[in-house]
Amino acid sequence: MPELGKYAGAVLWSWVATLVLVALLIAMTWMQSRKAKAELEAIEARRKSKES
Amino acid sequence: MPEMHRTKQARDRYNFLWEWANPVKFMWFSGLALPWLVAATVLTSAIGLIWGFFFTPEAVNFGSSVKIIYVHVPSAMMAISAWFMMLVASLIWLIRRHHVSALAAKAAAPVGTVMTVIALITGAIWGEPMWGTYWAWDPRLTSFLILFLFYLGYMALWGAIEDPDTAADLTSVLAVVGSVFAFLSRYAVNFWNQGLHQGATLSLDKEENIANVYWIPLLFAMAGFGLLFVTLVFIRTRTEIRKRRTHALELRERMADA
Repeated sequence: MPELGKYAGAVLWSWVATLVLVALLIAMTWMQSRKAKAELEAIEARRKSKES
Repeated sequence: MPEMHRTKQARDRYNFLWEWANPVKFMWFSGLALPWLVAATVLTSAIGLIWGFFFTPEAVNFGSSVKIIYVHVPSAMMAISAWFMMLVASLIWLIRRHHVSALAAKAAAPVGTVMTVIALITGAIWGEPMWGTYWAWDPRLTSFLILFLFYLGYMALWGAIEDPDTAADLTSVLAVVGSVFAFLSRYAVNFWNQGLHQGATLSLDKEENIANVYWIPLLFAMAGFGLLFVTLVFIRTRTEIRKRRTHALELRERMADA
């Protein structure tokens, strides 16, 4: 850990806030992507089974 | 005749570019590109952020607070760039009616919003020890706050209108209007002198630009944030295309059942 001196609070809070927000954005994007993919696959499978 | 031939060739080349707006082609291309984009994002971000946090010295006027630059500047840069990407995609929608471009603009908005929030938060935290206040109605800060409100309005408009084409039309107009504030967020410091915010941190002029010891890791961090944006927009656009397809199939099912 580098020596941050009197600015330790400002530096750490900035980095923590950034990493948390980026992690939330990535998690949200990934979950929405999985959900949309699963829903499309389900409806396409239903359509195929109806056609056959 | 040779002149006409050249024109046709140029037109074919031009039309070839638009083929990438086809959803099937976009899904194929983005599916191929995503693993490479993820790898490049992880690599450049890790280099920039680890180098910036652990291996940069204290700066004369800023002390160790200079390390905030590695999250503040890339997020601010992407907050503005995301809106300009949305502007270009919206103009393509308005002029060429390519659905993928409208969906790409929609997909970019949450990413741009988060980048704007990060820039505002880190700016406020950095502002307190440097200026003695978290917030000032400075031209750059104010235009950034308005840009954030435009992002919220843009997403709310997409959510509020049921017909996707009407939503795309209205949000595209909003993207054009909001680009004024994206432009001001970037250049306000150049033509308003009364603000607290310093001038541009980065410059092509070697005398004005920050020292290489800070600049090189910052370049990696900016590349990392840029690649993160592209990666997330690709994934989110793919999600939007899938949602659109699911919706169309559901409608078809309902019509067949009726």
